[in-house]
Amino acid sequence: MSQPLIDLRNITKSFDGTVVLDDLNLSVAENAFVTLLGPSGCGKTTTLRIIGGFETADRGQVVFDGEDISKLPPNKRQLNTVFQKYALFSHMNIAENIAFGLKIKGKSNSYIQDKIKYALKLVNLDGYENRSVSSLSGGQQQRIAIARAIVNEPRVLLLDEPLGALDLKLRQDMQYELIRLKNELGITFIYVTHDQEEALTMSDTIVVMNQGYIQQMGTPEQIYNEPENAFVADFIGESNIVPGIMIQDELVEIFGTRFACVDKGFGNNKPVDVVIRPEDIDLVDPSAGTLTGVCTHLIFKGVHYEMEVTTPDGFEWLVHSTDMCPVGKEVGIHVDPFDIQIMNKPASEDEEAVGVNE
Amino acid sequence: MSKKLLAAPYLVWIAGFIIIPLALIVYYGLTDRDGAFTLANVVSIGTPEHRKALWLSLWLSLLSTIVCLVLAYPLAMILRNRGVGRGSFIVFIFILPMWMNFLLRTMAWQTLLEKNGVINGILSLLHLPNQNLINTAGAIILGMVYNFLPFMVLPIYNVLCKIDDDTINAASDLGANSIQTLLRIWFPLSVPGVISGITMVFVPAFTTFVISNLLGGSKILLIGNVIEQEFTRGSNWHLGSGLSLVLMVFILLSMAVIAKYDKNGEGSAF
Repeated sequence: MSQPLIDLRNITKSFDGTVVLDDLNLSVAENAFVTLLGPSGCGKTTTLRIIGGFETADRGQVVFDGEDISKLPPNKRQLNTVFQKYALFSHMNIAENIAFGLKIKGKSNSYIQDKIKYALKLVNLDGYENRSVSSLSGGQQQRIAIARAIVNEPRVLLLDEPLGALDLKLRQDMQYELIRLKNELGITFIYVTHDQEEALTMSDTIVVMNQGYIQQMGTPEQIYNEPENAFVADFIGESNIVPGIMIQDELVEIFGTRFACVDKGFGNNKPVDVVIRPEDIDLVDPSAGTLTGVCTHLIFKGVHYEMEVTTPDGFEWLVHSTDMCPVGKEVGIHVDPFDIQIMNKPASEDEEAVGVNE
Repeated sequence: MSKKLLAAPYLVWIAGFIIIPLALIVYYGLTDRDGAFTLANVVSIGTPEHRKALWLSLWLSLLSTIVCLVLAYPLAMILRNRGVGRGSFIVFIFILPMWMNFLLRTMAWQTLLEKNGVINGILSLLHLPNQNLINTAGAIILGMVYNFLPFMVLPIYNVLCKIDDDTINAASDLGANSIQTLLRIWFPLSVPGVISGITMVFVPAFTTFVISNLLGGSKILLIGNVIEQEFTRGSNWHLGSGLSLVLMVFILLSMAVIAKYDKNGEGSAF
């Protein structure tokens, strides 16, 4: 990989004695769509604000294109931010809002006019120049906030939960629109969200954070299919996380039953955590199942049924399937070897606090 | 119907203490001692003596409004940026004097400024020449600023508190330095508070007679003093009412000008 565009080195930040970020290192490549994902309080927004210059790290460096910008104020940084609550200037109309950054930079009037037109077209709001901020809906205001940022031709756009305040349908539309925008502009996006679906849909790279630490960094597929620890598995989508013992390579024992899997290199007879996604569990005839249990719960979710199957050991398996199994019926559970994901158990309590929060 | 009955006490209040007194002032202002219609009371504002009092009132209240604004804005800004919430200690300290009687506070200044008062006492202890402090225009402005400053600070502070931190961050993010942010974001967004503050300082300062009585002695007559004297000493209610009407028109005019600049109506005292 060539030199990263943004490089966070050993960033540490605490507020009132509470450590929010602890020795965080993160590299962002040029032209990437990187999402910082995590529950509230995990430090994702603080990370973004440190990159934007609104917070200063207690320790560590922010390197932008090979240059240390840790001490630069926001107005001297070559990046722009889209804020969670839009933060539009309510005393200006739409055109004035978009023109703000360009006027500060002393661009010519004709240049500014062209840019406003271009930006409004880009966010599908042509002709809104003279509207007031308060006459726009939330989604429209967010588009203007994006337009206001991108007219300055930043090399990086920072987005702080920009879709958080929008309703579901609008949020989904805006997700596609953001992907389109990013492809048209060809700049780097750093996106903060707590919504795992949003992260999976839009990102090239997802950085899962919890309690100030990066838990896992990878492509959406890696994060979803190969979570590195129980926190990531639990936070990204629903999953069954069960304790198991790695008998040998490609064989794991769960509740005394052996399952074939594809993971290797964990050693022999080692305790591990096993992650099985609810949609990867096949409900079969009891005689054909590796485990058998009784269906104890059934909810229709639209696309699929959500069921709980309780096995004799008392574990409730979450199962997603388009086939329905009525409550009380005995069923067999079958899992394909490649659907079983093995994770190391946290080595110490310390690591557990870092890795798993509940 | 029963809901309308609930409004009855207020209707009585409005009629008894606002509409009837106003009507009486209009009646007295437009009649002479014999009860005949005349404009003489109103027109008498044009006499040199009254005109002088009116201009002096206007001038002094304008000056104290400006002084209040200059003092209050930075203070409100500091209070807001400290992140002190409403009801916090500093704001409390600021409001505290407002709970004390207005007359008492002004009399305290009288004691301080008097010829043989506290300040001159200290000056003579230091072998410095005594200053002529009381009964000057400066003393009146001081009294006005002291009494009305909280009325300027609070509305500005409130409106500044409503400005989201991220709005300011956004300006900075878009390249504005702190002076540009002040001029293009802070000031325009705080206009409603400033206007409210100006109204709440200017109007009482313009019409005051207590402050000028206590700190200006009989030497400096404001329009408020003139009117007060017509009612109390001169016993000429007709002239006093006539001048009050003129004052009312001035206030309404200034409010109209202010309202014109207050687009959102947030800061209006009405």
